[in-house]
Amino acid sequence: MAIYKEDEARRIMEKALSFSTADACEINLSGNESGNIRYARNSVSTSGHRSNQTLVVQSNFGKRSGTATIDEFDDESLKRVVARAEELAKLSPENPEFMAPLGPQSYDPSVSYVQATADITPEYRAEVANNSIEPAIAKDVTAAGFLNDSASFDAMLNSNGLFAYNKETSANFTVTMRTNDGTGSGWVTRDYNDIAKFDAAEASRIAIDKAVMSREAKAIEPGKYTVILEPSAALGLLNGLGNAINARQADEGRSFMSKEGGNKMGDKIVDERVSIWSDPLHPEVPTATWNGAGQPLKKTTWIENGIVKNLAYSRYWAEQKGVDPVPYPSNFIMAGGDASLDELIKSTKKGILVTRLWYIRSVDPQTLLYTGLTRDGTFYIENGAIKHPVKNFRFNESPIIMLNNLETLGKQVRVDGNLIPYMKVRDFTFTSLSDAV
Amino acid sequence: MKRRDFVQLSGLGAGALLLPSTMMGNSISAEALLNPGMDTVVKKRMADVALNTAKSMGATYADARIGRYMNQYVFTREDKVQNVVNTESFGIGIRVIANGTWGFASTNSVTEDGIKKATEQAVAIAKANSKFQKEPVKLAPVSGQGEVSWKTPIKKDFKEVPVSEKVDLLLRANSAALENGANFVNSALFMVNEQKYFASTDGSYIDQDIHRIWPTFGVTAVDQAAGKFKTRQAMSAPMGMGYEYMDGLDSEKLDGAAGLKLYRNSYDMVEDATIAAQQAKEMLSAKSVDPGKYDLVLEPNHLGLTIHESVGHPTELDRVLGYEANYAGTSFATMDKWKSGDFKYGSDIVNIVADKTQTGSLGAVGYDDEGVKCKKWDIIRNGILVNYQAIRDQVNMIDQNESHGCCYAQSWNDVQFQRMPNISLEAGKDPYSIDQMVKDVEKGIYIAGRGSYSIDQQRYNFQFGGTVFYEIKNGEIVGMLNDVAYQSNTQEFWNSCAKICDQNDYRLFGSFFDGKGQPSQISAVSHGSSTSRFNDINVINTGRTI
Repeated sequence: MAIYKEDEARRIMEKALSFSTADACEINLSGNESGNIRYARNSVSTSGHRSNQTLVVQSNFGKRSGTATIDEFDDESLKRVVARAEELAKLSPENPEFMAPLGPQSYDPSVSYVQATADITPEYRAEVANNSIEPAIAKDVTAAGFLNDSASFDAMLNSNGLFAYNKETSANFTVTMRTNDGTGSGWVTRDYNDIAKFDAAEASRIAIDKAVMSREAKAIEPGKYTVILEPSAALGLLNGLGNAINARQADEGRSFMSKEGGNKMGDKIVDERVSIWSDPLHPEVPTATWNGAGQPLKKTTWIENGIVKNLAYSRYWAEQKGVDPVPYPSNFIMAGGDASLDELIKSTKKGILVTRLWYIRSVDPQTLLYTGLTRDGTFYIENGAIKHPVKNFRFNESPIIMLNNLETLGKQVRVDGNLIPYMKVRDFTFTSLSDAV
Repeated sequence: MKRRDFVQLSGLGAGALLLPSTMMGNSISAEALLNPGMDTVVKKRMADVALNTAKSMGATYADARIGRYMNQYVFTREDKVQNVVNTESFGIGIRVIANGTWGFASTNSVTEDGIKKATEQAVAIAKANSKFQKEPVKLAPVSGQGEVSWKTPIKKDFKEVPVSEKVDLLLRANSAALENGANFVNSALFMVNEQKYFASTDGSYIDQDIHRIWPTFGVTAVDQAAGKFKTRQAMSAPMGMGYEYMDGLDSEKLDGAAGLKLYRNSYDMVEDATIAAQQAKEMLSAKSVDPGKYDLVLEPNHLGLTIHESVGHPTELDRVLGYEANYAGTSFATMDKWKSGDFKYGSDIVNIVADKTQTGSLGAVGYDDEGVKCKKWDIIRNGILVNYQAIRDQVNMIDQNESHGCCYAQSWNDVQFQRMPNISLEAGKDPYSIDQMVKDVEKGIYIAGRGSYSIDQQRYNFQFGGTVFYEIKNGEIVGMLNDVAYQSNTQEFWNSCAKICDQNDYRLFGSFFDGKGQPSQISAVSHGSSTSRFNDINVINTGRTI
């Protein structure tokens, strides 16, 4: 088993540190056990198991650093890896942006590990596939799905007295259901730290229903439409905003967050109902409470009432600018509302329900314009009800425009480690039609 | 925001570059890259442990891949070295068939004990899954290759070139860009060496040494007053070559339209960075395109990506059959279209070949990752879809009995599956130059280099940008354009292919990080073409005001 307990990890790292003769030394130890199952054409295709553990030593002499790695942890191996890192540090060029290792930090105890997820067996994974495939066959639908589960630990120790340790589990499931006549497709995604919350049959049923409902879609004219974005679809575009929070790029004038003389901190950029924060202790989306650089991760507000409240500052850039470092978040949580999906549909006179967005690519980093397509369940809504499925659209849209055109926020759902609400948005720009099912 | 699967190494251009974490291994010294690693005699013994264990547990087939991946990446910005990364990843992946079902397990413990445990795990997984198996695996026969080896024909091993020489070259390119008006420049050099040992119960023991290289940069010009910025990416291509690609030989330079310098089998990074800075500045005030229909003249370093997305992926048999339905998607190029024998994928002059043997290409190897000797075959001939890309457990579904030899795994840690071979457009048969092509266009746009790209899950509808755009009016380039993207449908697009330049203009584009599969794996693949003309394509304006 590649997962070390806290005291075991500390003992190995302290031993390695005892061999250090450098000005500073930082040690990271990590291990991972993961398993997966993949199925398609209503049958299991591939599945596997992976196991790995690594110890990384970074040694510093002044602003020179060297890194070496090893996967054996006896005394001789530890001595060798530390000596190797020190040799490399002496040979390397000075890095003008080098920051000395952090001193001791205080971290909140994390809630990111659940034993049940770590205990998943090949038999459990096979049952998941079966619970997805059998109901598909019963509805004349073909299932293609994937479950990946993982248990891991990360630990860190440095010569300035910093020690950190975290264990984390995760399980990610997606399934695509396609009707056997090839005209309908549905999809669902689920991800958890705790596998006990997962019901493969329930998730699969949603995808099957969408596949059947989306058969024989009609073509309607591309243009600007009111859309209801399911959380997966919304996240696709919100990721673009998440990628723009780098303070240095903003300050250098090459980001959406740039403005003359600095950045958009304090500016209102989207509708006042938009608030986005991160929180490693949120019970629905827990993560480690420190990052790979040993910085504590705390609840951080990025956008509040439409106003930019924080950008991410590396330790180097923070020092240049005379501000506190702000680490990149480990999750995003967007404030939602009370409306259910049904209520959002009922309140829509004319619009499009979008299950997910696909193949999203940046078109213009200046305006955060992205393109991509709808996929696996796109429906026309009229007078408060779903009328019929529609052919998929290509969109060209910016999350900034999207969040300025906000109509209603719905309930939050966990997607890919984030908590994202359903949202209704007006004037969403579809530029062409696709024949893809 | 799924950053956990990626490693942020450096900012390239306006967006941060995230490398798949599987491109990383353990950090080692540059000198350690030269360590020869495990001897083939020992590798054979270790592989046999896996094969024998699998057979003793009832597996009907097994293969073992002992992989050692020695990579070096250099990252710089302006006058600073940001990072020099040397990595080594070593381990074994074991794939078995038991009860007609695949199982796979991998370990970095390449010892008799570690390999036995992993093999037992692989067989246990196969047996657990066989309970619900509906389609037992059928493998196309492959004769054992015996003990053979293959190497990328390189002239300079990147591992023997001092890091300081690489850093100097990148910093000289950065300096050239800054002197020519750039505000920022990020450059990077990716170098990959896969040392792969494959053994199977068919009696193959194959030792291969594969090299790849990709120099690249993003040069950014900022107009603070106007609050605008533009980035021009490098015109290099990732190649299946050694460090000799960085020599910048004049004999491998080509003149594109609009005074562009383009590169074939040798790249002049300093020259390209100089031109990039001038073009990035020019972009800041270039005309915004009028949307409408244009004839497009597409340069190979641009067209390669269009080929990749609109021909490469839709003709992967696993997509056609539905194996990738849950992730990358399926394909419009369905079996009935292929079986009809007259599906017009493109115009009569469109001939597209799959090739795992082309020298200098990213996909070239001697044998694929299930021990099949590599070859070249037709995908589209005279505009008609004639074949797919398929591996051992798929060819029976297209009534063929020989694998195409395009199976690949990104590392020892991942299971091998069907991956795209080099997919290339054959050059035009008649002499025809880029200058002649531009002269023959009345209203068009010349597009060079890769840009934004997006295509649907069945590969019908796509939208592509590019690196630089030039307006063509009445046979002449009249100036640079901004905000250009074209939208089309794959079959319409390839049927609008009107002209293809001759062999003199032929060169490779490459994708270093092509993603597919679950868990997602990357693969490197090249696409050759000559500059080609596509008539009457819909161009949109991507400019927005916020």
